[in-house]
Amino acid sequence: MSDMILLGTRKGTIIFDHTNAGWRPRPIAHAGIPVCYAASDPRDGTLWASLDHGHWGPKLSRSRDRGATWTDISSLKYPKGARYIVKYLPTPDFNPESPTALPEYADASILKIWNIAFGNTNQPGRLYAGTIPGGLFVSDDGGDNWELNRPLWNHHSRGGDLFDGDATTENHWNGTPASIDYGVFEPGIHSIIVDPRDQLHLYVAVSTAGVIETVDGGKSWTGRNQGMLMDYLPDPESEWGHDPHFVTCCPGQPDHLWQQNHCGVFYSDDGAKRWKKVSMPDLGVNFGFPIVADAHDGRTAWVVPARADSERMAIDGGLFVARTTDGGQTWQRFQSGLPQDNAYDIVLRHSLDTAGNSVCFGSSTGNVYLSEDRGETWRCLGNNFPPIYSVRFG
Amino acid sequence: MTQQLYRFFPQLKNRTITVPAGTVAEIISAVNSIAPGFSDYVLDEHGALRRHVNLCINNTMVIDKIKLSDHVTENQTVYIFQSLSGG
Repeated sequence: MSDMILLGTRKGTIIFDHTNAGWRPRPIAHAGIPVCYAASDPRDGTLWASLDHGHWGPKLSRSRDRGATWTDISSLKYPKGARYIVKYLPTPDFNPESPTALPEYADASILKIWNIAFGNTNQPGRLYAGTIPGGLFVSDDGGDNWELNRPLWNHHSRGGDLFDGDATTENHWNGTPASIDYGVFEPGIHSIIVDPRDQLHLYVAVSTAGVIETVDGGKSWTGRNQGMLMDYLPDPESEWGHDPHFVTCCPGQPDHLWQQNHCGVFYSDDGAKRWKKVSMPDLGVNFGFPIVADAHDGRTAWVVPARADSERMAIDGGLFVARTTDGGQTWQRFQSGLPQDNAYDIVLRHSLDTAGNSVCFGSSTGNVYLSEDRGETWRCLGNNFPPIYSVRFG
Repeated sequence: MTQQLYRFFPQLKNRTITVPAGTVAEIISAVNSIAPGFSDYVLDEHGALRRHVNLCINNTMVIDKIKLSDHVTENQTVYIFQSLSGG
């Protein structure tokens, strides 16, 4: 059983410890600094927090004493020459004099370190970080030094190798970009899956593109969006331009992947070769941000649905969690212990997690709920936390 | 400089830091040699001033926020400000 829950919040990192008196939060760490993701490395217990400084640039923070002390790390940076194609949004701010027919390039800077993932047990020191504007970074020394994965950055779906020259292919990363607090919108990598059976096999999910897989340790990447359907472009089966909100897999059955997408809930039981839409809008299961799979049973997953997609809040003023145990053929709604009146919570993409029989989520309105019976009944761990960006058992 | 930076670089607290004249980029680099990592907080990976940070030389706002080429002469003072807003 897990003895720690980490919250990444708008005002810092909050750690709950499981004590004899129940779950108890410690005083906030990184006080006043937005923390967009916090997690514990299951290999050695090192804690990580992604600091989303408004002024001083995104940084990582690491604790090797379970949160007693933290050290900030500034070494995650885009290398010189890393560029990407500027994507204009159809907003009133667009300047019609801009040369939209020709690619326009921007030098890449770290805008957000959105996700941290850990290598397998046979890869001590291996870490991954997904960033906005869409770069995957790798560390092999426990996070002291980081390197951009260039084959993904230079992928043909994004214009090719822009280190050496101008675009050689068309940029297809044209789905819904991720927003930074000050109104910048760029692609973001928010999901990183390392196959527990094979450290060379990874999936990442990009907010403007979809799911991309490597089977050779990141030397080459292939889009895995067959079966995906989108509601917002003329071709619903387009290879690129999808908007996954979060993608995860069952650790015990890694060919079973789950995706909460802008356009519904999707499931694959063949390693993302083919996705199947398993939403049930009549039951309220369709839109949302987070999704989590059971550790052992690949057919079991949980979501926290929301009212789509222009409103983004709890459905009909009440929170519920939906669970499937048959690969999305049926869903059950559970609301016991969750507020059913005047609830407007939205649960963001990294704010739902499971460990054993426990499931926990936190909302952007600062509420934290825990179930210890696989999501069937819930109790509140607190109502007045800052807006919650991530929830992870540690 | 803004006191918010003392949180990350306590060795700079309550100090008047004197460095040789030069460009603003050279001034920041000199402070970075006193407080390693300082540049990463004030500048991005391209050496440009971060979006919500401002620099002044005496009472004049630094113009070049990309390469920080503004020149600082002997006895001038560089000020580092941050914007504060939101909730």
